[in-house]
Amino acid sequence: MFYREAGDFKTSYVDDSQTFPIKFDRWRYYAVLAVAFGVVPFLINDYWANAVFVPFLIYAIAAIGLNILVGYCGQVSLGTGGFMAVGAYACYKLMTAFPEVSILIHVLLAGGITAGVGVLFGLPSLRIKGFYLAVATLAAQFFLVWLFNKVPWFYNYSASGQISAPERTILGHAVTGAATTAQAKYLFCLVLVVGLAWLARNLTRGTVGRKWMAIRDMDIAAEIIGVNPLTTKLSAFAISSFYIGVAGALFFSVYLGAVEVGEAFGIQKSFLILFMVIIGGLGSIFGSFAGAAFLVLLPVLLKNILVGQLDWPTDLAAHIELMIVGALIVIFLIAEPHGLAQLWRLAKEKLRLWPFPH
Amino acid sequence: MKKTLTALALAMAAATPALAELVVPNLSYRTGPYAPGGIPYADGFNDYFTLLNERDGGIGGEKVANPECETAYNTEKGVECYEATKGSGALVYNPLSTGITYQLIPKVTADGIPLYTPGYGRTSAANGKVFSNVFNYPANYWDAASVAVKYLLDENGGDLSGKKIALVYHNSAYGKEPIRTLQELSKKHGYELVEVPVDHPGQEQKSQWLQIRRDKPDYVLMWGWGVMNAVAIQEAANIKFPMENFIGVWWSGSENDVLPAGDGANGYKSLAMHGTGMDYPVYADLKQYVYDAGKASGAGDQVGSVLYSRGMYAALVISEAIRKAQELAGTSAVNAAQVRDGFEALEITEERMAELGLPHFGQPFAASCSDHGGPGAALIQQWDASAKKWSLITGFIAPDDEVLTPLVMEDSAAFAAENNIAERCN
Repeated sequence: MFYREAGDFKTSYVDDSQTFPIKFDRWRYYAVLAVAFGVVPFLINDYWANAVFVPFLIYAIAAIGLNILVGYCGQVSLGTGGFMAVGAYACYKLMTAFPEVSILIHVLLAGGITAGVGVLFGLPSLRIKGFYLAVATLAAQFFLVWLFNKVPWFYNYSASGQISAPERTILGHAVTGAATTAQAKYLFCLVLVVGLAWLARNLTRGTVGRKWMAIRDMDIAAEIIGVNPLTTKLSAFAISSFYIGVAGALFFSVYLGAVEVGEAFGIQKSFLILFMVIIGGLGSIFGSFAGAAFLVLLPVLLKNILVGQLDWPTDLAAHIELMIVGALIVIFLIAEPHGLAQLWRLAKEKLRLWPFPH
Repeated sequence: MKKTLTALALAMAAATPALAELVVPNLSYRTGPYAPGGIPYADGFNDYFTLLNERDGGIGGEKVANPECETAYNTEKGVECYEATKGSGALVYNPLSTGITYQLIPKVTADGIPLYTPGYGRTSAANGKVFSNVFNYPANYWDAASVAVKYLLDENGGDLSGKKIALVYHNSAYGKEPIRTLQELSKKHGYELVEVPVDHPGQEQKSQWLQIRRDKPDYVLMWGWGVMNAVAIQEAANIKFPMENFIGVWWSGSENDVLPAGDGANGYKSLAMHGTGMDYPVYADLKQYVYDAGKASGAGDQVGSVLYSRGMYAALVISEAIRKAQELAGTSAVNAAQVRDGFEALEITEERMAELGLPHFGQPFAASCSDHGGPGAALIQQWDASAKKWSLITGFIAPDDEVLTPLVMEDSAAFAAENNIAERCN
């Protein structure tokens, strides 16, 4: 009825090529932003920030980053955990070396350093692809974790090899360290998520994104029509790693406050983020959010229901939770192999026809 | 989708039932590769509080509640558990994980809740001048490293020069803690230290033990946890390393670690910071009020084991600190800040341990504003595979404070400088 293009006339090319061409969609997007910025900060407390919103936002950044590489450019990567570690350790070294510089700049610089490392480990993608590339990036994962464990310079020679984030402020409000309020944490992450998601969405709509997709769909054909595989593949690795590096820096400095590399950035993190991308939907920004929400929120929800409401023993609940999440992943992928984003797309198609589907 | 989830979860958060007045959350782990250590500890912890509730009606007339939260030894889940339970009026945390402890130190300090980490966590928290809310008495990792070296000195007539000692450690904050102490001690005593890291979770150690077979160290020390312990002891048996020269820290010395290796584990030694077994009067009460009443935590099959005893010991110290807090505050319904004061003023004497039904179980200690670390002495126990039993082979050995105190001061000063903490107690 109200969800359709009909009657929504565009009079300029800019209007015509906007991200949300349907008026209802556009308003929905503004409403989500308004709630996220205007309502949630007034309701949020420590539990909601630390257990739900902050991890969701940070994993969403990482999932967007991996989605750029895997979903848009078709290069499989299993090195996400290692790249997040690069972001975290870069952020830590910058924070402690230049305490007077704003944390926002450090987080972005950490992303930049990760982009450099990502390009380096992306070089094999020029010669190999598919499963072979996945194995090459797996080597990055293990090498980087080993490196941050082995070289004490990275953790400032602390006795335990842990890195911990000192307090840093933006406009007088602490955003890292123990004195951080739930609002500050949430808003800092939210601003970065919105900015980076907006950037990613527009990158994928433009020349850069189209080149990535051409390489993904068939690299030889893309080369014939004039897409340079070298710059395209490496730019995908660089931008993807930038996002993942920012996510790693936030994961360490804002979310956890102290990490040890093997535990926080191990191979299981690489798989977790890959699962987010696959469940959410390859090649979709919305899918990255949906996948992150699914894998971050569902375990917390199940735990609250099983232990908090039904009073089950914690070990039984933990095991059942693993089984339920696993089963849901399988069911979802059988029912809709293209992920949650495809379900969303189908729902929108149906909405266009509603209430007169014939 | 997110909104429905959020709404659902909100509804649940609102419906959480009201809790008893003294809340001591149990951040336990009964799943994952560290469950062999987590389960007995959590059971002992819960059972002791159940005993207090059933026999004495709680502490000072207030019932104790132990909401349990599963962390799986994972720091992200640990943070979630902390945030989920702190709103319920939690009085003290005891996460049984060095990684989670590092996370929680700044958080509990900001929230004013005490953190009790007996025998684990950040060693330099023993300096109460810097770490106002963290307590790790009666002993910590650096004490353990020093006691192990002292024991080896005794074995070798006071001279370790020219000996080679290997440290097999869990490659994490936990396993790396003793390295600095062992390095300092190697300068003092002239032994050579070989570091052999084992990555999480430690099921695969062939290359590490190959290295040990090649290097032929005189002694092997181990800082392991979870499945890593059992695998290491099995591997040591496989390469026929003399078991009496293999010493684990107190987290590598439970029945679950040695039983899988069978006779091969005979003679393996480990540190201990308390007694073990069921030859203590407290077990008569536990049997009457907890086990026979069907109120035992978990499956009830861990009773009397080393880590069960340790969980019970932690619960005992926490309950004594709450008792002390009640005495100081003059009220039975104490809050977290008062419990912190209770921890700081706590003194546990041998007479008090005997009164509580655990004579000669742990060392007596007294905390103060600047001393949150206790005396740090430890025992050495040895495994008898045929009797399936740990037996104590030494009395309490005191650590080398001459080496440890400057290290603690140095590390805590670094923490204070990083976080702009002013020293207290001056």
